[in-house]
Amino acid sequence: MFCQKNVLPLLCHSKYFYMEEKNYLQDISDIKNMMNRSSQFISLSGLSGVLAGVYGLIGAYVANALIAKNESGYVTLESATFKAIAATAAIVLLLSVATAFIMTAYKARRQGEKVWNSTARRLMVNFLIPLVTGGVFALLLLRDEMYGMIAPVTLIFYGLACVNASKYTLRDVRYLGITVVILGLVATAFLAYGLEFWALGFGVCHIIYGSIMYFKYDRKN
Amino acid sequence: MKNIIQNINKAFDHRIRLGIMSILMVNESADFNTLKELLGVTDGNLASHAKALEAENYIAIEKQFIGKKPNTSYKATNIGKQAFRKHIEALEKLIAKS
Repeated sequence: MFCQKNVLPLLCHSKYFYMEEKNYLQDISDIKNMMNRSSQFISLSGLSGVLAGVYGLIGAYVANALIAKNESGYVTLESATFKAIAATAAIVLLLSVATAFIMTAYKARRQGEKVWNSTARRLMVNFLIPLVTGGVFALLLLRDEMYGMIAPVTLIFYGLACVNASKYTLRDVRYLGITVVILGLVATAFLAYGLEFWALGFGVCHIIYGSIMYFKYDRKN
Repeated sequence: MKNIIQNINKAFDHRIRLGIMSILMVNESADFNTLKELLGVTDGNLASHAKALEAENYIAIEKQFIGKKPNTSYKATNIGKQAFRKHIEALEKLIAKS
């Protein structure tokens, strides 16, 4: 009887504190979750990165075959070989962008998020600023017939675009960006191997980082 | 223990108000629809909780027209940011203590 009297308030007391503590922990995790969700676009699809890498490798293979077939030895802006390579690059780019859009939209819908929300807008703008700069720069280099610089320049600017965009999305994009920038700088020192570096940067890197992101985020859900 | 509990801010003692402040801490500003989507609440619910935070001077509400559509955007004030930081610190201390 005496014993019970002592135990009862103690039980109530500890239970009260236990519940309170649980509540505060929940609060902290709510705060963290909201801060992340409101400032980062987390629906980016890892698998679309893998597919973009595969398209890139196929594109590089096709370009390599086209250059090997070319008898004249060098490629000019007006030649059929150049036009075929440019068309291949355009198809790879278009397919990659379309795949990324479709798969990201699908992932966003499954997570119950809108695809085109304010974080997605911020991500796009910050990705496109360095990318468009690099694209224009590459076109100007083409005009001046500095073909060797195209691969390093596109790699470096694409990498910088990824680094810049990474503040608004999954962290892994930052490491992809840094890897591609380094590859671009190394490619500048080995201009003759532009296509190989291009395949490494846009093909292999995308496949590696895309799979990492796929296993880290997509598979969990 | 007592002073820690004193630092727990009653104004943030609700899931929606906590959410609004968390979002406004890491974003310069957020409009009504963005907040609504992120928090998954109804219009009236969000408006009343936002008003409660505004009454404490923790957030500033700005109404303007974008074209013909009215647009309400929210911003955390410096007082609000400070108060929220204190609140988080108090939460962390409470968890560390127990």
